[in-house]
Amino acid sequence: MAIISRGFAGRRSAAEAKLPPGQYLTTDFPVLSAGPTPHISLDRWEFTIDDGSNVLKRWDWKSFRQLPTETITVDIHCVTRWSKFGTSWEGVSLDVLLADVKTDLSYAMFRSYGDYTTNLPLKDVVNKQAWIAFKFDGADLAPEHGGPARLLVPHLYFWKSAKWVKGLTLMPHDKPGFWENLGYHIYGDPWLEQRYSDQ
Amino acid sequence: MSTSMNYLDGNAAAGELSRIFAMDITSAEGQCANCGSKRRFAEAHLYMQCPGLVARCALCGHVVLRCVNTQQHIFLDLRGMTYLALNTTQQQEASS
Amino acid sequence: MTWRSARVTGLHDETANARTITLAVRDWPGHIAGQHVDLRLTAPDGYSAVRSYSIASAPNSDGRIEITVERLANGEVSPYLTKELIVGDELELRGPVGGWFVWRRDQTEPIQLVAGGSGIVPLMAMIRSRASAGSSAPFRLLYSVREPGAVFYQDELQALSDQDHSVIVTYAYTRVTPKDSPRPPGRIDAMLIATGTWPSNLAATSYVCGPTSFVENATDLLIAAGYGRENIRTERFGATGERK
Repeated sequence: MAIISRGFAGRRSAAEAKLPPGQYLTTDFPVLSAGPTPHISLDRWEFTIDDGSNVLKRWDWKSFRQLPTETITVDIHCVTRWSKFGTSWEGVSLDVLLADVKTDLSYAMFRSYGDYTTNLPLKDVVNKQAWIAFKFDGADLAPEHGGPARLLVPHLYFWKSAKWVKGLTLMPHDKPGFWENLGYHIYGDPWLEQRYSDQ
Repeated sequence: MSTSMNYLDGNAAAGELSRIFAMDITSAEGQCANCGSKRRFAEAHLYMQCPGLVARCALCGHVVLRCVNTQQHIFLDLRGMTYLALNTTQQQEASS
Repeated sequence: MTWRSARVTGLHDETANARTITLAVRDWPGHIAGQHVDLRLTAPDGYSAVRSYSIASAPNSDGRIEITVERLANGEVSPYLTKELIVGDELELRGPVGGWFVWRRDQTEPIQLVAGGSGIVPLMAMIRSRASAGSSAPFRLLYSVREPGAVFYQDELQALSDQDHSVIVTYAYTRVTPKDSPRPPGRIDAMLIATGTWPSNLAATSYVCGPTSFVENATDLLIAAGYGRENIRTERFGATGERK
């Protein structure tokens, strides 16, 4: 069986490009939430990186917005089966945020305002694979979609792209976050249809 | 407690949870493990537009129940309730 | 609780945007006024959607129920149910569900119903259940709608209000009022609660149903007017009125 080149679409148009297995294409942007929309004022907003004992890095909104940003266009895939092609975001790459962080810890638990968490291997959020996004389609990210800022990790199911993100905790072993500890897959590759932990 | 009004209530989860609970859950009384308030499950704030079902205490917002349907299992998390008291005497009224 | 098949046996437009669907349900066990059903629609490619709809009809023994569906502008399911569905179509249905937001025929205390838009549906089942049971429990309905054309079950409510004075109906119009309305358009407020609901000393049981923000506002007003929280039962239809 051929090895699938994840994300490769060739010269076909977005409509012809292959969807991950079990997905449907949508043109709207469904709002899925496990709790009330937090309203975080920008003068209180923070993003911190810690290792469980010490805070290694901290940005407030002002210093965060002074970091270099990128505009990217990606396809996103929700485990509830909708996919949206060609979504445009602006954000700060995790490569920038982790640039001066020296660690031998291999996993990260991303934390959000509210009580949401999601876990990721560190190697999945570096090398141009993840951003802290604050603009969608050229406009400030709406609170219902995770504003002021959300994690964006388009190569995995979208529950990993934590809304209202406020930081990450580095950890030595993978530990399941909010959905991963209740039946969702610990990793979540949509191209291997890794939806659930019991498959 | 919440200003965004994007929630339903425990009534909306009755169909899904009828797969697990033999008795009606909406009239069951539950105690929030976080704030101690005792409310009918019908009054819980319910978030169903996510990859699972999340019920939160109407008073403090703590998660009182979570439920996920995978292909082979129903995962149920009840840690957020100290107890859930289901009414064993309630009868389904016969149609007349 | 398993999915049963249900066949559409009747369609009736309530308003320009809402339609009542009569369903003959296989092995229907009967229901209590206030309960709802979950409907499941499945597309040919296997995609499926589930929505909850309150039962509008009174409990009976002929195996048929009625639901009233309002077409939502961005709805995924309501446009299909209100425009595409025809008599003879089959749907899957689960229920009835709900044991809290119900009115049982052995209840004799005064009842205060508060409806916001399509929240009238389960409350109408309660009104119809009371009528078919010959109950004399005192009922009042406070019904909030955008405009006169948005009222469901208009003729039936008019008849009940005129002929049988123990179902008192008060309308609250939020956008457009009828020509000779004594009150300007607006949301339910403390004044309307004071004039349009049972006084709190009657210890009425109240049922409030509609979009979430409507339910929260109406509940706060009832409590401020002296209703005990334990006497108020609520059912929220979500921000857009669609329950999924």
